[in-house]
Amino acid sequence: MAGFLPTLAELAADDHKGLHTLYVSPLKALAADIKRNLTGPVAEMGLPIRIDDRTGDTPQSRRKRQRTDPPHILLTTPESLALMVSYEDAARTFQGLKRIVIDEIHALAESKRGDQLMLALSRLQSLCPDLRRVGLSATVDDPEQIARYLARYPDPCHIVQADPGPAPDIAMLQTEEAPPWAGGGAAYSIPAVLDQIRAHQTTLIFHNTRAQAEIFFHNLWLANEEGLPIAIHHGSLDREQRERVEAAMVANELRAVVCTGSLDLGIDWGNVDLVIQIGAPKNVKRLVQRIGRANHRYNAPSKALLVPANRFEVVECQAALEAVKQGRLDGDPRPPGPRDVLCQHILIRACSGPFDADTLFAEVTSVGAYSHLSRAAFDACLDFCATGGYALRAYDQWQRLLQRPDGLWQLRDPRSAARIRMNIGTIQDADLLKVRMKRSRGGKPLGEVEEAFAATLTPGDTFLIGGQIVRYESLREMTVEVSRDRGRKPKIAVFSGTKFATSTQLSQGILDLLAQDAWPNLPAHTADWLTLQRKVSELPRAGQMLIETFPHQGREHACLYGFAGRNAQQTLGLLVTKRMEELGLDPLGFVATDYATLIWGLSELTDPAPLLDGNALRDGLERWLAGNAVMKRAFRASATIAGLIERNTPGSRKSGRQATFSSDILYDTLRKYDPDHLLLDITRDEALSGLVDFARIEEMIERIRGRVSLRRLGRISPLAAPLLLEMGKVPVQGAGAEKLVQQEAAELMRASGLETLAQ
Amino acid sequence: MRLAAGSKTDDQTRMSGYDFTLAGTRLTALGSGALWWADERLLCVSDLHLGKSERHLRRGGAALPPYEVRDTLNRLSALIKQYSPDTVLCLGDSFDDLAAAKALPASEADDLRQMVAARKWIWIEGNHDPGTTSFGGQSCDEITIGPLTFRHIARVDATPGEVSGHYHPKARLSRGRSRPAFLVDHIRLILPAFGTYTGGLRSRDPALAGLMQPQALAILTGPTPIPCPMPR
Repeated sequence: MAGFLPTLAELAADDHKGLHTLYVSPLKALAADIKRNLTGPVAEMGLPIRIDDRTGDTPQSRRKRQRTDPPHILLTTPESLALMVSYEDAARTFQGLKRIVIDEIHALAESKRGDQLMLALSRLQSLCPDLRRVGLSATVDDPEQIARYLARYPDPCHIVQADPGPAPDIAMLQTEEAPPWAGGGAAYSIPAVLDQIRAHQTTLIFHNTRAQAEIFFHNLWLANEEGLPIAIHHGSLDREQRERVEAAMVANELRAVVCTGSLDLGIDWGNVDLVIQIGAPKNVKRLVQRIGRANHRYNAPSKALLVPANRFEVVECQAALEAVKQGRLDGDPRPPGPRDVLCQHILIRACSGPFDADTLFAEVTSVGAYSHLSRAAFDACLDFCATGGYALRAYDQWQRLLQRPDGLWQLRDPRSAARIRMNIGTIQDADLLKVRMKRSRGGKPLGEVEEAFAATLTPGDTFLIGGQIVRYESLREMTVEVSRDRGRKPKIAVFSGTKFATSTQLSQGILDLLAQDAWPNLPAHTADWLTLQRKVSELPRAGQMLIETFPHQGREHACLYGFAGRNAQQTLGLLVTKRMEELGLDPLGFVATDYATLIWGLSELTDPAPLLDGNALRDGLERWLAGNAVMKRAFRASATIAGLIERNTPGSRKSGRQATFSSDILYDTLRKYDPDHLLLDITRDEALSGLVDFARIEEMIERIRGRVSLRRLGRISPLAAPLLLEMGKVPVQGAGAEKLVQQEAAELMRASGLETLAQ
Repeated sequence: MRLAAGSKTDDQTRMSGYDFTLAGTRLTALGSGALWWADERLLCVSDLHLGKSERHLRRGGAALPPYEVRDTLNRLSALIKQYSPDTVLCLGDSFDDLAAAKALPASEADDLRQMVAARKWIWIEGNHDPGTTSFGGQSCDEITIGPLTFRHIARVDATPGEVSGHYHPKARLSRGRSRPAFLVDHIRLILPAFGTYTGGLRSRDPALAGLMQPQALAILTGPTPIPCPMPR
């Protein structure tokens, strides 16, 4: 509310025509919520102020009206704002705009959505020169950095610090049963969590992934004998279902909500007096944010409980608790503004009308994150938008953007404006398919699953969605049709959710904890476990890399404890297995967690040092960047944002027929015929900083300096056990894997009797 | 589009294909997605979709990397070099549309013209390219050679010995990703798409599952063609 006081004062004082204040938040729900909270008082005071919201859910008719006759205060999201800026009449829509309020700016600043927003803002600033910018946040690790991010470069930015209030009341949940050795479900904690729900008004139960939320909710529901009103809320659920949960929350009808990041931000639910975090928080800043969801009353401490899902997470939770108590938020320096988002911005700018490249360059470099962008880099992005930027100038008569005789750039084909607008946004959802109950005429929508997950289903498979077990029936018109299943155990675990890497600071905290001689600050069961690990093997240390090798289920395993975070450990897995493949060690696959990479294959690893040599890893990286899945994923994301791949096309998705070919083909083609192309350069940048996270491998190399402790064990170690149950195993597509595919096919041919028929 | 497995074995195994019989005719499914009829010295490929990036751009879409014609032709000419066919038969949708056929980059168009001129070449017309082009060879809706009839789209009432394309079938086993695949039963053979920029339709799709007999095989393309019961 405080963010709106100057707006209300100015609007009350004079007769402002048109839009006065834009409010931008990362969540649609937040925009709707603010509208509710603002409309009431404004009406009570009898102020002649019109307030409206606009998100992806706003009906077409209202959107049109908002453009021609905008309200005084418009509440929106970065994507909707970018869309509004793309219209030819943007200058008229935003005429008179005085203020823009950006809520939860720290959350936006962590993603490309924020970069897109800041680029849109640079455009608005040109349209409305006296526009003032305000950013709001309760969890900023480095206020100066966010200030530079928000302000027009090189303008200064005023920072206002609010009273932080009392320290939170935060602890680990005490349970009768010890957490399991492995796994992420935290099912053991259900009775204790139910006790907490009973003892509190309303409890929010946060999970790191949708899959874990689904499984936990399912188990909680089975144990909820007295029928406490408990709901589930996450981003894959159908909108109607989410809205029902939100309404019930507002009406104080729920005792608990099992949720994910979808409830991280924003909305002040009435009576939340306890937050429970299931699973290690991975990042201290997000933990603080979640803790803040409990008790928004001023001067009352927020109450939160951490529930480690397994014993390793006990250690991580303890490290996080200590970081929160010491107020150590984790933050990494922001990388420069991503060029794929810039490409999209150039296309958006072209949709709104002809533009001058010099003027656009000046606008773009007024954005903090793009202030150091070179003219050459900008021109390369412009060329990419105009022609594709290929070394082979094949179809220049069909350029997407044309430079007119007067020097301005415009769209060649006005029809492409509609296609570009359909693809605005930087959020990279995997391709999602709707899930519905199978009925004669479209049954109840339940939510969405990833296309890749749907592709693995065969009729009869059961999985969890929205807390219920359903049976896969068929795929019809790009909708997954299911029926209710009476079973109590789903056959397939569910679809994957987002995975966060444990921050550098938190990883260091964990290593510090492991370095203690004894662990009086940890529960006995975990202290005993670490003691056992120390006895049968040893504990990982910051100054060296522990590698354990052992046979397990007929395969050789090697576990590399790098503590570099999930993404970097994954990269390490890819690099090391590639080298092993070259050495004929027949790796078959690996799995990475935040603290280790577990590799399995046919041969024992006896000499790991050469695999971990810094120079060898760096050399390997360049060669390896060629054909690996992580790069392809990064390419897909960047190519989609930059406008090369269209998620939505007119008339697409109606039939699943001859669906567009995969982005992997574009990637392979570019690598082969145009290896210096802009998008490959962007992909390399993106992958190195994000998915590949090579910086943290560098940090690890620096930390261990070639010191490796190799332990040969007779069987799996206490610390390695959790890795075997991790989701997201990455197969190595080498000679070994090809052999296994052939074996499976031969087996099927024999079993079906087709072998004799075929020849 | 091809899987990036070790290229050494790739070259060695491309020689081998998977032999099967359709209407009494011995045929070989090659790992590259082409069909080899040794007795007739006939090489058959389907759905090249040449000029796809040009058409995409022309119609207001993004500028896809304009290298797919080069890539498809390179792979085709490598096969021709390897098998020295008397006849090459393209099963339709050879061009993404007839305008795209006219707009191929000059050097690619020359290469194609030379390839066509050097041997007997048959173009089956597909739904994307219903007409003749200036590249030479013979164009027709369908053609019968011995016991086999080649057409672009499979007919439900076909008699045994039908060879078609159009659907871009693909399939996967429980491990590994989906690959373009031949589908074959006692009546018909459906070829995977050979063009570089071509998507695929899963064999589970009703359009394919309904067309193929219960005993149908899928032959996955890749370093070595892999036969398996068609996933449904």
